[in-house]
Amino acid sequence: MNKVYHRIEKIAGSVITIRASGVKNGELAEVTSRHGVSLANVIRLEDDMVSLQVFTGTRGIGTDSKVRFLGRPMQTAFSDALMGRIFNGIGDPRDKGPAFQDNMIEIGGPSVNPAKRIIPRNMVRTGIPMIDVFNTLVESQKLPIFSVAGEPYNNVLARIALQAEVDVIILGGMGLKYDDYLFFRDTLEENGALSRSVMFVHTAADPTVECLMVPDVSLAVAEQFALQDKRVLVLLTDMTNFADAMKEIAITMEQIPSNRGYPGDLYSQLASRYEKAVDFEGSGSITILAVTTMPGDDVTHPVPDNTGYITEGQFYLRNGRIEPFGSLSRLKQQVNGKTRDDHRQIMNTMIQLYANYKETLEKQSMGFRMSDWDGKLLRYGERFEKELMALAVNIPLEEALDLCWSILNDCFEPAETGIPTKLIDQFWPKKKADAPRAESARSGDGEGDETKEEEKIEEKVADSKKEKAP
Amino acid sequence: MEKNLGKVVGVNGNLLTVEFSQPVVQNEVAYALVGDTRLKSEVIRIRGNRAEAQVFEDTRDLQVGGEVEFTGELLSVELGPGLLTQVYDGLQNPLPELAEQCGFFLKRGTYLRALDGEKQWEYTPVAKAGDVLRAGDTIGTVPEGLFTHRIMVPFSVRGKVTVEEPIAAGSYGIDTVVAKLKDEQGKVREVTMTQRWPVKMPIKAYAERLKTEEPLVTKVRIMDTFFPVARGGTYCIPGPFGAGKTVLQQITSRHADVDIVIVAACGERAGEVVETLREFPELTDPRTGKSLMERTLIICNTSSMPVAAREASVYTAVTIAEYYRQMGLNVMLLADSTSRWAQALRELSGRLEEIPGEEAFPAYLESVIAAFYERGGVVKLNDGGTGSVTIGGTVSPAGGNFEEPVTQSTLKVVGAFEGLSRARSDARRYPSIDPLESWSKYPSVVEADDLAAGQQILRRGNEVGQMMKVVGEEGTSIEDFIVYLKSEYLDAVYLQQDAYHEVDGATSAERQRYVFERIVRILKTKMTTKDKAEARKFFQTLTQVTKDWNRVTDGSDEFKKLEKQIEQMLAEVTVHE
Ligand SMILES: Nc1ncnc2c1ncn2[C@@H]1O[C@H](COP(=O)(O)OP(=O)(O)O)[C@@H](O)[C@H]1O
Ligand SMILES: [Mg+2]
Repeated sequence: MNKVYHRIEKIAGSVITIRASGVKNGELAEVTSRHGVSLANVIRLEDDMVSLQVFTGTRGIGTDSKVRFLGRPMQTAFSDALMGRIFNGIGDPRDKGPAFQDNMIEIGGPSVNPAKRIIPRNMVRTGIPMIDVFNTLVESQKLPIFSVAGEPYNNVLARIALQAEVDVIILGGMGLKYDDYLFFRDTLEENGALSRSVMFVHTAADPTVECLMVPDVSLAVAEQFALQDKRVLVLLTDMTNFADAMKEIAITMEQIPSNRGYPGDLYSQLASRYEKAVDFEGSGSITILAVTTMPGDDVTHPVPDNTGYITEGQFYLRNGRIEPFGSLSRLKQQVNGKTRDDHRQIMNTMIQLYANYKETLEKQSMGFRMSDWDGKLLRYGERFEKELMALAVNIPLEEALDLCWSILNDCFEPAETGIPTKLIDQFWPKKKADAPRAESARSGDGEGDETKEEEKIEEKVADSKKEKAP
Repeated sequence: MEKNLGKVVGVNGNLLTVEFSQPVVQNEVAYALVGDTRLKSEVIRIRGNRAEAQVFEDTRDLQVGGEVEFTGELLSVELGPGLLTQVYDGLQNPLPELAEQCGFFLKRGTYLRALDGEKQWEYTPVAKAGDVLRAGDTIGTVPEGLFTHRIMVPFSVRGKVTVEEPIAAGSYGIDTVVAKLKDEQGKVREVTMTQRWPVKMPIKAYAERLKTEEPLVTKVRIMDTFFPVARGGTYCIPGPFGAGKTVLQQITSRHADVDIVIVAACGERAGEVVETLREFPELTDPRTGKSLMERTLIICNTSSMPVAAREASVYTAVTIAEYYRQMGLNVMLLADSTSRWAQALRELSGRLEEIPGEEAFPAYLESVIAAFYERGGVVKLNDGGTGSVTIGGTVSPAGGNFEEPVTQSTLKVVGAFEGLSRARSDARRYPSIDPLESWSKYPSVVEADDLAAGQQILRRGNEVGQMMKVVGEEGTSIEDFIVYLKSEYLDAVYLQQDAYHEVDGATSAERQRYVFERIVRILKTKMTTKDKAEARKFFQTLTQVTKDWNRVTDGSDEFKKLEKQIEQMLAEVTVHE
């Protein structure tokens, strides 16, 4: 053990190959070159040939560089003292604090026995109506934000993290822009959340292999906290960078790619990370919120595609809003029956009407005649987007539900919404339901007024279209 | 006996290269040793004095020179009383027992016996001393929950055997010798209540395979009426993520008219199995009045569990299905998702450096898929009874595009295609089976003429709908517009079904026949309305009333009242010629 080797046979990408014996698969080694020391781990054994991926990359490594095996796999330190600290992808301090050597834990450990899992049951409140009302986030859920580059996904992540009632926040940054790293650090600090956070940050400038370690290290630490009865929220951004790092190594290792250069095990690799989300019976939980940027805004790209098959839904972030279509929380039905009696109905009705609004918009753009009903929908859609979809909106679920009723009340007659009478009686804002005359008087208004209003809406819609155009 | 040992000479992911000196067998099980831990693997290729084995576990810490123990036994499962209600991993490890032993996490190299050796069963002998039997014939029976579990002559027995020393009725454990069997060469073999069978070989201890022609009622209307499944048939459910594959499988596992359901959760979310696992024991099966779990068995090899065991899991599931079929039972196997198993094959093929086919899937993908679905079927048993295995598999095509190898290979061999559409699931039209793309070769539960009428309305309605997108409502004739509304009506009240509603969620075959016949009558009715707005209004109301009709118990007063209301509404718009 701890034998030292001085001759490197092959150097390619981040991978080196040496001749050695008695080496274990997955074993950690120290590679020393003139430019410094790096960790590396064993990824393939072939007779006496041992391939290792070098965490800091192979730049500057010479055929005479020194490789010393450490006799153990990659581990990371765990203790409560991690809170408030910032590390790189392999757990070395990024801040000025001390390094940890004690209580080392395994990373990428075995998965939870499905027989020990329980059905998720607690809502995570975010203050974002598009989540709380329409696609409720649930404790122990694994859910990515699908987004094109340039969208404020990191802001959304940070906001949810601050709003959520969790005990520990773990941020795993992969290929983060330095500014984004600082943004997370400062936002957590300013809001007094840094002391219950641990950050593992790999920035765009750091070596590829370290990026690969971020989810495993973050989740291993999360698991330990969860086993100490803590509710842990893990933020992983951006998983597309993680997948790209995997692609890079796979190509170096001359693996046959399956789809657009990604290795055939992309699904399994992503799944083994996401499936760490769990609610331990009688103990803590891990909730995973991730970011998956979609190259070319293409949801069929292998990374978002495989992710969608693994995660329990996704939030689509587009034009600075969480889109109701395409967004899905597969766990919402576990909790939205217990919040308020009108929650599920409002969720369905509002979305159906919004879908009708979208159809009307399409008809309008084709130049078809707009009916009274279309006019109502246009008014509705605009308010929906402004008052519920805009990311600036930050209100509790109950207030959001009330707001939904108020929008419905302002735009429609109760019967036009298709909501069952029982709920209408209970929730439809009283003023209007009690004063049907005022309503009929309004709808009896002169034709001219009606058309004017319609024109106004059309103008606005046209304006908003212009804004959106790239 | 001396152990057949080999030595590790390479580790690449979960693929092990092993040097051996004594004979080894393709597909035999070998254990790689890491300290005290034995990691199960299967030999998948042999070249010279080197064998390649896929390890069903994490290969961390394995090293060149490490010892490998060849067992000589093919990858097998244990068959016997006590399989039902169990939750196994892909290699037939009982997960709840594993949890008791290892806690929250799975522990590699821990293998437990699949069946409970302690449990006592009330055994009744059937065969008498001197009886001449063949493989699969019944020696005795034990009651297992709802069923009479047959203890059978091992399927591996060749030719005829004579029963000797059958034990008397009584309470015994599964390892009790229940009889001795003497073969034609005079060799005597002891038989217990269990036997082992290699998962990749179909069990063939039956007289003949029969044609699949009897509908298997799932109580999902769009399936039973439009794209039916047959008892002993095969079908697939391809669809993009979130389209409703798993929910459809879950509904089927509850309502399908079969004796036993085997759920193979193959490489998908653990959370989804947990729902079945935790809810089924609480749910009552209306057919039996007992808990649904009593007819269910779960094979669970979810996405973060070892990849190689994913492939094993579908074979484990189908082997157990065939075993119960041998008892004259109708078994349904639901695999979610077969794509994950195909991907496991792809990962392995890549490590073996085989020449890749399309999307890097191995060239033999198609034949592997075909061989798997061929294990479904109806058989006539040696005793004249019949049994069946029906297989339904979901497919998760990359990018939701059906033009990919797994979907295409599957479509070639299955009898029904329930294709889920993103457009329909986005519009919340559940179950989102595409009524225009899907097909089935099996007979429907409704009359063929009615079915044809329904299909025609759907096609024509779609045409009008497409046209209307171009010319608008203004440019569409009222006749065409009504055709469109009729197709939307059929969609809303028949194709769509509220999975979570007590009554609407499951429609019996009789009710489907009754309701569909009436709906077709409505579709065929010539109607007149003042204008399109009135037509739309009429269908909106009709839809509302028909949906209410779907939600009430058949034959109830409410049911009759709503039916009458529909007829009255219809009378008001009917054109009498
Ligand atoms: N028949 C259905 N009725 C109501 N909702 C459904 C139905 N099928 C699917 N859904 C909704 O769609 C979500 C995803 O369905 P799921 O079956 O998990 O998709 P897939 O397995 O195709 O990825 C579910 O969580 C549920 O919200
Ligand atoms: Mg699914």
